[in-house]
Parts: sequence; C-alpha cells; structure tokens
Amino acid sequence: MLSTNVALVTSLLYVALLFLIAFYSERTTNEGYRRLLRSPAVYTLSISVYCTSWTFFGAVGSAVRTGLDFAAIYLGPTLIFVGWWFFLRKLVRIGKAHRITSIADLISSRYGKDPRLAVLATLVAVVGTTPYIALQLNAITTSFGVVSRSAPLSGAPDITTAFWLAIALATFTILFGTRNVDADEHHPGVVAAIAFEALVKLIALISVGLFVVFGIGGGVVSVFSLPEAQEVLKSEEAFGSRWMVLTMLSAVAIICLPRQFQVTVVENADERGLLTASWLFPTYLLLISLFVLPIAIVGLSTMPAGSNPDMFVLTLPMSERQDLLALFVFIGGFSSATSMVIVASIALSIMVSNHIVVPITLWLKRDSVKRSSDLRTILLTSRRFSIAGILLLGFLYFASSTQSDALASIGLIAFAGVAQFMPSIVGALFWRNGTALGATWALGAGFVIWLFTLLLPTFAGESGALADMIKHGLFGYELLKPYELFGLKGFDPLSHSLFWSLIVNSALLVLVSLATTQKPLERLQSALFVDVYRNVAGQEGRLIRRSATVDDLYILAQRIMGVPDATELFRNHAREQDIEGDMPLPDAAFIAQLERRLAAIIGGASARVLVSQVAIGETISLDEVIELVDETQQVLEYSQRLEQKSTELEQTASQLRYANEQLREMDARKDEFLSQVSHEVRTPMTSIRSFAEILRNTDNVDSEQNKRFLDIIHDESIRLTGLLDEILELGRLESGQMSMTLDQIDPEQSLQRALETSLGLAEASGVTLTSRVRTGSADVLAEPDRLTQVFINLISNAIHYNTSDSPRVEIESRLVGDRYEAIVSDNGPGIPANERDLVFKKFATGWSPGRDGHSGTGLGLAISNEIVKAFGGELLLVEDSDVAGATFKVSLPLAV
Amino acid sequence: MNKRVAIVEDEPHIVESLRFILNRAGHDVIVADNGDAAIEIVKNDSPDIMVLDIMLPIKNGFEVLKWIRSQTRYRSLPVLMLTAKGQDKDRNTATSLGVDAFIAKPFSNDEVVDCVNRLLVAERPGG
Repeated sequence: MLSTNVALVTSLLYVALLFLIAFYSERTTNEGYRRLLRSPAVYTLSISVYCTSWTFFGAVGSAVRTGLDFAAIYLGPTLIFVGWWFFLRKLVRIGKAHRITSIADLISSRYGKDPRLAVLATLVAVVGTTPYIALQLNAITTSFGVVSRSAPLSGAPDITTAFWLAIALATFTILFGTRNVDADEHHPGVVAAIAFEALVKLIALISVGLFVVFGIGGGVVSVFSLPEAQEVLKSEEAFGSRWMVLTMLSAVAIICLPRQFQVTVVENADERGLLTASWLFPTYLLLISLFVLPIAIVGLSTMPAGSNPDMFVLTLPMSERQDLLALFVFIGGFSSATSMVIVASIALSIMVSNHIVVPITLWLKRDSVKRSSDLRTILLTSRRFSIAGILLLGFLYFASSTQSDALASIGLIAFAGVAQFMPSIVGALFWRNGTALGATWALGAGFVIWLFTLLLPTFAGESGALADMIKHGLFGYELLKPYELFGLKGFDPLSHSLFWSLIVNSALLVLVSLATTQKPLERLQSALFVDVYRNVAGQEGRLIRRSATVDDLYILAQRIMGVPDATELFRNHAREQDIEGDMPLPDAAFIAQLERRLAAIIGGASARVLVSQVAIGETISLDEVIELVDETQQVLEYSQRLEQKSTELEQTASQLRYANEQLREMDARKDEFLSQVSHEVRTPMTSIRSFAEILRNTDNVDSEQNKRFLDIIHDESIRLTGLLDEILELGRLESGQMSMTLDQIDPEQSLQRALETSLGLAEASGVTLTSRVRTGSADVLAEPDRLTQVFINLISNAIHYNTSDSPRVEIESRLVGDRYEAIVSDNGPGIPANERDLVFKKFATGWSPGRDGHSGTGLGLAISNEIVKAFGGELLLVEDSDVAGATFKVSLPLAV
Repeated sequence: MNKRVAIVEDEPHIVESLRFILNRAGHDVIVADNGDAAIEIVKNDSPDIMVLDIMLPIKNGFEVLKWIRSQTRYRSLPVLMLTAKGQDKDRNTATSLGVDAFIAKPFSNDEVVDCVNRLLVAERPGG
C-alpha cells in the first residue's frame, strides 16, 4: 500500500535526479556527452515537452468523454513536422540569425523592435499559458491524491496540496532555470533534464499500457471486443468539423506555444536537428498515443461508474494492486507536468523580464544609464519573481475556475489563446508589408475576443455576474454573448471563439498594415526576416548609421554581459579591425554586432533602447533599406528570370540538337543521293567516252562495228537524258513543287492506255501480257496521264525483269470496300526478301539484271510511289512467298 | 604470249568497250558479270590480271578482292579496280584490301590499257 510519504519521497528523489542531470550537463567537459546533448535525438525529446500531463492523464479521459478527439491533438503537430518543415526551418534560422529569445521577442523584433508590441505579446503569452499551468497543477495534485489514497477516486483535487505544489515547482524552476544569465539564452542543463523526463513519461505510459492490455484486458483482440470499445470508437464527433478544428488548433499550438518556441527555436543547437525531429517527433507522438484507446476501454469496463477517467492510467494498476507500477506511472505524470511547467515558466520569465521589467527599469533610471549599475542582477531577480508570479497565477486560475475536472478542455483554452500569435508569425516570415501597428491591433483584438469568448466564461459559476453575462450578453446586449458573439450560433464554444478571434486577428493584421506606412526599421527588419536565407543579419551596420564612444559601449556591455564576456567581445572585434589593444573602433558595424549580442540576453526591443541611449545620431538610411529590399527583390526576380531563361535555353538546345540531327541525317542522305547520281551518270558516260575514244583513235574499224558503236553511244546518251529527267521529276515530286490537277477520273481508262502502250514492249520481249478480272468502271481523284505513267512503269518493270522461260505478266483490278486496286503481277524471279524494303527507294535497282542485261535507273518505282501518294493512295509490294514473281498493287481511295 | 584478262563488270556496253580495247592491245578476255562468277573465273580460268568493278550483283568488287587476297594460290593476281563512284572512301577501302591500281569511270581507254600492261609486266612470280 502506497502512502503519502512514499509518493512524496519518491517525487523528491526524482527531482534530485533531475538536478543531478541538469548540473552534470552544464558542467561536464566530457566531449561525447556534450555531443549527445546537442544530438538530434535529445533535441527531439525536448520538443516532446508538448506532451504534458494533459497527454499523460487527459488523453484517456478525452477518449472516454469524446472518443477519437484526442488523436487530433497528435495529428496537428505531426502534420506540421512532416509537412510544414520549411516553416519550422525558417523560424529556427531567423531565431538563430537574430538571437531571438522568445516568441514575443520574435514578433516585436520583426515589427521594428517595437517595445509596446513586445509587452502585448508577453501579456498574451502569460495569460494564454496560465490555464495550462493550472492544468499541470491539477494533474499532479489529483494524481498525488490518487496514488497516496488521501483523496477519494472521484473527488475534487485538494487546494492545499496544489498550493504547496505550486511553491515547490516555483522553487524548483528558479533553481533550475535562473542560476545565472547566460551569454546566450541556452539552457543545456534544462534541455537534458527535459529530454530525460520525455523518456520517463513515454516508458511509464507504455508500461501501464502493456500491463492494461495484457495484464488486465487479456490481449489486444479481447480488449477491442469489450462492449465498451464500441462506446469509445463509435463517437459521432470523430472526424467531424470539431475534429478538424482540433487538428488545426494543435498544429498552430506546436508553433505558437511559448514553451514549444523555447525548445524548438531558442534552445536549438543545430538547425539540422530539425531534419531528424521531422520524423522522430511524430514517431514519439505515435508511441505515446498507442495505448490511449485500450486503457480507456479497459478502464470503462473494469472501473466503478463515476471514476475519473483522467486517472485511469493510475487507478487501473492500483486496482490490480500493482503499487510499484502505479508509483512509476505517477512519476511519469509528474515528469510530464514538471517539464511543461519548467520550460513554460522559464520561457515566460524571459519575456516578462526582457520586455516588461527591463524597459521599466531603464525608464526609471533613464538619467543614470551611463553609470555602471549591473543590469544582470535585475534580470535574474526579475526572472525569479516572474517564475513565482506565473505559478501563482496558475494556482489562482486552478483555484477559481470551475471546469477543473476535465483536463483536456483547459488545455484547449490555452491552445486557442496562443493561437492568436499565428497570423503575426506567418506575416513575420512571409509578408514584407506587415507593420507594428497592424500586428498590435491584430494580436490585441484576437486576444480580447479570446478572453471574452473562452477564458472569462470558465470562471462563471451557476449564478452571479459572469453567469448572467453568458446568458444575456455583456451589459445586456444580445450581440455580446460570449458563446454567441454577434449572433453566431450553432458552434461549440471553442470553434466559435477561434472563428471570431482568428478572423478579426488576421483581417486587422492585413488591413491596418496596408493602411500604415512602414517605418525604416520595420522595413529593414521585414527584409531581414522574410529573406533570411539571403540577407545575413550582419548587414545592419551598413544600414543603421550611428556613433558612440567605445567607453560608453563597454560600460553598457559589461552591465548586461558581465565583465569577462564583454571584454572578450571587445578584444575580438579589435583584433578583427587590426587594432592594437583591447578596444575596437566603435563603428556602425560594431554597434550593430553589440546590439545583437545584447538582444540575445534582453531581447531585441530592449537592446535597441539601451544602445540608443549611448549611441547618437542614429539614422537609418532609407535609401539603403530600399536598396536592400529592392536588391533582394531584384535578385529574386533575376534568379527567376535566369531560371526561366535556362529552361528556355535548354528547350532551344534540345530543339537545336534535334534539328541538327535532322540536318545531319538529311546531309548524309544528300551525300548518298549525290554519290548515287554520280554513279548512275558515270555509268552511261563511261560507255559514251570509251566508244567515242575507240571511234576516234582506231583506224580500221569495220562499218558494221562502227554503226554498232555509234548506236551504243546514242542509246547511252538517251539513257543519260532519261535519267536526268527522272531525277528532276522525282525532285519536284518530293519537294511538292510538281503541280498536279486532281480530277475525278476512271482509273480503268488509264490502266487500259498503259496496257496498250506496253503491248509493243511485251511482244518484243516475248512476254505474254494478260488482263484478268477488271472492275469496269469506278471514280478516283487523280491526274490521268500520271496514273498511266505509274501503270506503265509497273508493267514495264514486270516485263523487263521477268527472266522466266515462259514469261507472263497479269493485270487485274478490283474494288475493295471504298478503294480501287490495280494489281500487276509477273512470274519472274521476284524480289528477294532482303530487298523488299528497298524497292521504293531511289536508285534501288536490285541486282538481278533485266532481259537485256541492263538494270534500270532505280528511280521508276520511287517516282510512281510519289505520284500515288500525291493521289492519296498507296503503292504496295504484295508479299506472297508462295507465288513466284513479284506483285505490285496500286490502291486508291474512291472519289465520293 | 597473250595474256588473259578477266573483266568483271555488269554493264554490257562497258564490257564491250573493254573487250574491244584489250583485244586490240593483244590480250585475251574472259568476262564475269557478278562477284561469284568472278571467283569461278579465278579458280577455273587462271587469268593473268583482273579488271574489277565495285558495284556488282551477288558479291561486290571489294568482297571479290578480299577473297582473292585471302587465297594463297591467287593472292598475287594483279587487280585493277574500276569504279563509277570515284569516292576517296572507296579508293581507301580498295587500297587497304590490297588493290594494285584504281581508275575512276569514265576512264580513258589508253589509261586502262597502259595500266593493264604495266601490271602485267610487274606481275609477281607465282601468279
């Protein structure tokens, strides 16, 4: 049986362990361990501070109450880390480049380092986080009561316990997070402890999950076959509009929650850690949510009615008398709560001290700024008091709000509060025209609407002024009801509040920004933020001109950084300037660098105020800023143009390559053609020249021979002329220069004329020319003389190359569908298979000599082919290996 | 003693003129009108020299030349190539295959006769 003492002592021992881890992590010189601290895994675990006691205890409660709602809380961050990775990376890059200390610092720095905006953002962060801290107090108090059996299972948490807990947590956080003011706002010790706590809470939740599923439920299958499983899974709310709102809200929260900003951006040691976190953090979320449903189902089935479902993770093992496991689970919940409280209150205390306390102090001591009073003490003290104050606020909210029994709803109120940062942050990262006034109005209005529609009603009891206001509206105006603002009905309070606050917030940011003119500093900062990847932060020196004495600057620096760090900074800069001694020239670049170093400690707005007090003659060269913005714009446009140009170039190049290939091919074809023409011309020329020489140089040639040689010369001259004519004709046909008049004619008449013309040749060659089945009459579009030429060519080829002993050539024609076909076939040697593809090519004469030993010019078929094509028809070599001889077919479309 | 000239050419008129001028020059002529027939002539009729066209049916002049140069018995047969293409490419191919002379068409009768006579005089022993 666990007692109050056991729980208390265990908690204290656990806290002591955390201290040891933090202490060792800050002091160690062990290189391996320091690398581990900077590793992506530790970074990811520290981001898991997102999973608070709300997750640890409340997810099960949420599953029991509203089914799958709880999953949306994990889905949102997963979407951001997986899908909006670019957003986080830009945030981290800006955070590092400008030494951003908090989310308020980010917003104020971006909008011209405006101190009032910083105060407003701090206020939003503090008020938005208060319910969240109350939630942790609630969770620890309740779980403490449960585990120590000092409270009934369903009873309200004990106020006194919560008060002492708040005090203990405040002390613990002050000891933890404000032991000194670091040169930069990194807390490696805190990060190490948080990462350790992330492991503890994960292992605790998985342990209890395994125990519940396999120890009580009897395995996964039997758990999900319990009747209660239907109750949990069949939630009507799941995947509906509220579910979408929750997913979106948690996605926004993972960016805007002050503690998430602290671990993700401010404490980030290496930008590349985000790459690992982008998958490892969603994995962590998956693991920690794995057992939520089984625990909810088994809890519903085995725990007595009326038990607090938020405590199932604790009460289930206790009911099975697994006290050690219960104690471990209690420590897990304790881990999840303390890590949130520590990080959140550190983040908030930095904001409060940097943006509220320091400016007020500076204003109060404005006459004595040059005196060497140490601001560091003020910083530390104000941070310590801030932490105490923030926890006190959380306690007060816990004590006075009425909805304290449901952990999840409190968490969602906090989410909605910090969501008011989102429009200004998106604007900060991606919109150049936002102004400080726009952001102030946006954030202020969103915050007020959230206060009125969501936070305030949580204080309302059954009756009283607040309850009246909810019922009848502010001052009795119906339009000002918190849950039905401006008459908007039918939404749950959360969606209703988000709808109004974010719409008004975003609209004001855009409208007011567009209505106001950016001051030079706002313009400069917007250029540095939006184009952070191009504009390195070190450029301010060239843009902000001011001067100061090096002594004033040194006094200022040591007041905030401490003597050793200040001395080192000045000495290093002097070395960079090649100056002997420890004091650099206080030029604009150095002043800008110093301001950035100070901003890392006290925030951008305060650093600027401080430096302005010792630096004089500040002018921001508007021309230079415009130039910077324009430069960026120009570089952007230029690179876009370049990209476009290079794409165009690439296209042109590939087109050129293609054209060049075509040309090359055509050139090769032309060479081939010329070489063939040369060959074809040289062959008759050879005979002509040779016989002419014989006739000229030989004295005693008999008259018969004389005549024969002259005949040969004559024949070859005619052959040469015919060849040249054919070349020219083919050239005109191919280039489309041959004008052809297509008439509707009967192809049979052309075929008949060709037959008659060829009779003489056939007779002379001893070839039998037979005409078989003929169509009689049909109409095609063609030029009759040309068509006759084609037929003559085919028939004379058939006669000429027919070396058969009883040579025959057959002509037939027919109508096939809507085509006219004329077929010329012979019983000659046919065309060898390997030459069939070549017959319609120029100069492809084939190697079988004709009847008289001559082969043709090789142009006839090529010409016929071109002519038939011009008629819209086809000239085909019919492939039929069974029949001896060659068969050519002219196929023409019938005229309609 | 009359020498035997093998004419390998598929254009009948060119064969006729070559036969006439080589007969006049005192040589006997045997004719083949394709690559295979040329190889048969080399095997059966032991010509003293070959006048070889390039564009021939069945086997072209290069293939015939290559075959001749690959045969121990016939490799020293002098070969004069005639071509209507007259491109450097063909000349180079012929040279690399071991041709003895190369004349482009249309040729001069005297050039062909002189060339044949020259090659016959320089005929390598054993041919």
